[in-house]
Parts: sequence; structure tokens; C-alpha cells
Amino acid sequence: MSFADALKDAGAKPAGKRPYFLDAQVEKVLAITMSLAQELAVARQRNDTLERLLKAKGILAEGEVDTFVPDKAAAAERQMWNQEFIARILRIVQQENEAAAASGDVASGEMADELAEG
Amino acid sequence: MPTPTPAVSQPVPNDPAAQYDGPPDYRVIGRHGVFPDTSHDEIERINFLAQMNRHLAARVVPGVKAAYDARVVPAFEAKHGRPIATRHEARKAMLEDPAFCTWSALRRMTMEQRQQAGRWTAIRQREALNARAAALIDGDPRLSLNPALKIPRYVSAVDHHCMPGSYHSEYVPGDVTNGANYDHAGFVTTGGLLGKFSDGGGHAVVKWVKKNLPDFAPKRILEIGGTVGHSSLPLALAFPEAELTIVDLGAPVLRYGLARAKSLGVENVRFVQASGEDLRGIFADGSFDWVQTTMFLHELSTPALRNIMRESKRLLRPGGIVLHVEQPQYTPDMPLFEQAMRDWDAFYNNEPFWSHMHEMDLDAEMEAAGFARDAIIHGGVYGVVDRELFPDAAEDDTEDYGRKAAWHVIGAVA
Repeated sequence: MSFADALKDAGAKPAGKRPYFLDAQVEKVLAITMSLAQELAVARQRNDTLERLLKAKGILAEGEVDTFVPDKAAAAERQMWNQEFIARILRIVQQENEAAAASGDVASGEMADELAEG
Repeated sequence: MPTPTPAVSQPVPNDPAAQYDGPPDYRVIGRHGVFPDTSHDEIERINFLAQMNRHLAARVVPGVKAAYDARVVPAFEAKHGRPIATRHEARKAMLEDPAFCTWSALRRMTMEQRQQAGRWTAIRQREALNARAAALIDGDPRLSLNPALKIPRYVSAVDHHCMPGSYHSEYVPGDVTNGANYDHAGFVTTGGLLGKFSDGGGHAVVKWVKKNLPDFAPKRILEIGGTVGHSSLPLALAFPEAELTIVDLGAPVLRYGLARAKSLGVENVRFVQASGEDLRGIFADGSFDWVQTTMFLHELSTPALRNIMRESKRLLRPGGIVLHVEQPQYTPDMPLFEQAMRDWDAFYNNEPFWSHMHEMDLDAEMEAAGFARDAIIHGGVYGVVDRELFPDAAEDDTEDYGRKAAWHVIGAVA
């Protein structure tokens, strides 16, 4: 059961209270961001490893990645991926802007009493 | 297989490799029979985190210092009408400044991420590691464990360097998990400054002893708080006629340590689970020629430090030598900014005795433990590493307060 143990315990809190140096909510988001930066670096290095292996095996030529030009369909797919990605990670901004423009919006909790009335 | 001959090349303009200054790739690390397997991505996680520490030390700390000079000191003086007087005042004043707080938050996060990364690797293969260790050490009389040993509060209350479960927690019988985590991912903090087997501290001690005590030929060596033997094995290798005993509180690090030593071919060692504060039931007076501690005193308490110094005096034969290797003490000539930065680990990296230990009068403590004042030894050492692969601490001018592989030696002749 080591995988389940690792999921549960790799991130265990060490004994001793954690210090916070910034606003606690801000620091929490920064910690999540730094973990993602770490995983981005890991993914980037994996990509680099693959490129080097492909070059060593003669499948990829030096400079081929940097001079790569996608054809029209591939370019569209790739740009759509960028658009989708940005929309996913900035959904909170979309929600805030839609909320600012909305009128008569209620919170679910506020609706509870209204819906419960007989 | 023929050894590849490196091509002799002329310097290439703007060659990024020629300008590289930083930790080596983790893949140069030395492996052994209980070293955890590491996937490509686990290695890159360690590389990233080592670079984070390097970035924080080399590129962010100068900004913290500039903010201290430009903002923190003037603000303190305007508020209090006097200069900052102590390192604690300096640290607390910096807690009001965004530069120190941002650096601190990132430095703590890097340590937390390092522990998670290392623990992931160790825990996911725990059963396999424990089996590899058992195959190397089961039935070996050179491992002596004491499950009844009480873990003192200076180890149990706060997990040192944010390492969950510290050196002593066991998750299953015969566990080595916490030894494996401590060993394989320490590179994140040292950035390779301790070398291939994290043993640059031990090699530094050997070099110092051979130079300063050339006639010393110890037969019985004791390292107190030696954990997995990083700093200890160089002593056993340098004095092959000697028997080296490593004492520690933590069973996982001791099991791992003996398995590691054996797989590295170091046989003149034994590992004993005990508290260095009281070894009377195990070793008679005068049992050792040399008692060593390396980067250990700061993880104790005042009573424990005193007990260990007294025990070291009792355990040494007349003429025997005790050596403690530690980061430098705070002295009046050390700038308060440097003292406050060195104190960071005490308050924010779970090294609670670090601050007080580094202001103690260790000469007086040694004297109180029974050593003659004129027999007290002082020295300084740098991590000794394979310079083909690793950065050299003596030549590295990056200051990573409290973590640089440059230490003071305080010792005594019994």
C-alpha cells in the first residue's frame, strides 16, 4: 500500500507550528503556485530529455524544434489549446467580471429560506 | 566498454555551459544498496528545489540585505530613537518588511516542498527499501537497537528542518523510510556542497585531524548523533584500524546507516540506538580515543548539550580527543543582519535550539564538562568534495546563512 501511504503521508505536517510571513491566504496561494512552478520545471525537463533522446537516436535533427513551423491546421489546434488553457486558469476572473455585471444575483444560502417557505 | 575521451574544445562564445555557476545535476550523486530509486521526474524535482535554494541565496538575499539597510534600519531608528541592538530586534524589525517576508515565505516553502518530494520517493517504495535494508543488516551484531529508548522533547516536539517524523519515527517494523528521505534529498539544501555521498563534512574533519594532529592514531572512535553516517564513514575509512561507533536516537537512520555503510564497503562501523546524554550502561569510562559530533550540537537543549559534553569527557581515555563541528558562534563582531539571518533556521525551519546554542560560551561549557581550558582546541573547516563534479565550499562566495559548508571546530584533549 505504499502508493496510498505516499499520497497520505508525503505531505504530512512536521511537528511544530508553521510560520506565515505574508497574509495567510496569500501565502497559501503562493505555496500552491510554487508547487506548480516545480511541476512545470519537471515537465519542461522531461520534454528536454525526450528531445535529446530523439536527437541521439537520429529521429530529431538539431534545431528542428526551434525552426518548426506548424501547418495551418496544426497552428489552429495549438492556438486553440492556448485559448482553452488560459480560459481554464482564468475562470475566476471571468466569474468576477460576470458577477460585477449581473443584477439580482443571489447566494444559494439566501435562496434557502425563500425556497423553504410553505 | 571504452572510456569516452572528452573532446578538447576551444571556448565557445556565449557558451552557457561555460558560464554555469550552481548546483550540479542530481544524477552525479553517489548511490548505494539502500539508496531509493528515483524516477526522471523525481530527480528533476530535486534539481528544481536545489536551484530554488540557490536562487534565494544568490539572487534574493542581496535584496533582503539592501532592504535592511535602506528601510528596516532607518524605520527602527526613527521609531525607537536608537540603533538596533540585538539580532532578535533585527529579525523582528525585518518581519515588518516585505523583502524579508517574501524571501522567508519562499525559503520555508522550498523546505516543505523538499520534504514532500523526498518523502514521496521514500514512501512509495518503502517495502522494497525495507527489504533491501533487511537483507544487508538482519542478524548483524553491529546494529544494536533499543525500542524502549525514550525520545527526548528536544527531538520530538518540533521536527528538525521540517522533516515529518524526524529521525526516529517508524511506520512499519524494520522501517528505514526516514533515513532514506534524509539521505537522498538532502541535496536540495546543500546543493552538492557536501559531495557525492553527502560526506564532505566528514572528509573535512579527517583532513583537519591529519593536518593538526598528525600523530593521532585512534583505535576506538565514537560519533554521537551520527544519523545515517554521512559524516562518520570518512572517519572509518581514514582510520581502517579503528572501530567507529555511531550513536543516535533514531532506529530508521541507524538501520539505514549500517546497510548504507556495508553496501559502500565500510565494515569497521557499528550503529547503536542510545542517547548520547547517558551512555553509562553501554560504554565504560575511557572507552574511546576520539569522540566526534558533526552539525549536531544545535539540535539539542542546554541540559542535553551539557550532558553530552560530560559524557564525552567520561568516555575519552586520557589524551583522547573530542571534536565538535558546527556553524560559527555569534560574536560581537558578527553584524546583526548576519546574526538575524543565521537565526532564521531557529525560528522558521524548526531548529529551535539553534539560536541559543550559537550564543553559548562553548569554551566555558567544555571547561565545566571537565576539560582543561588550555586543552581546548579551535579550528575551521570547509566541506571537502570531488571538485570535478561538485562546487567547492571554500571558493563559493554565496552566503546561505547557516547552511554553507564552512564550519568551526571546537574540541579538547582529555
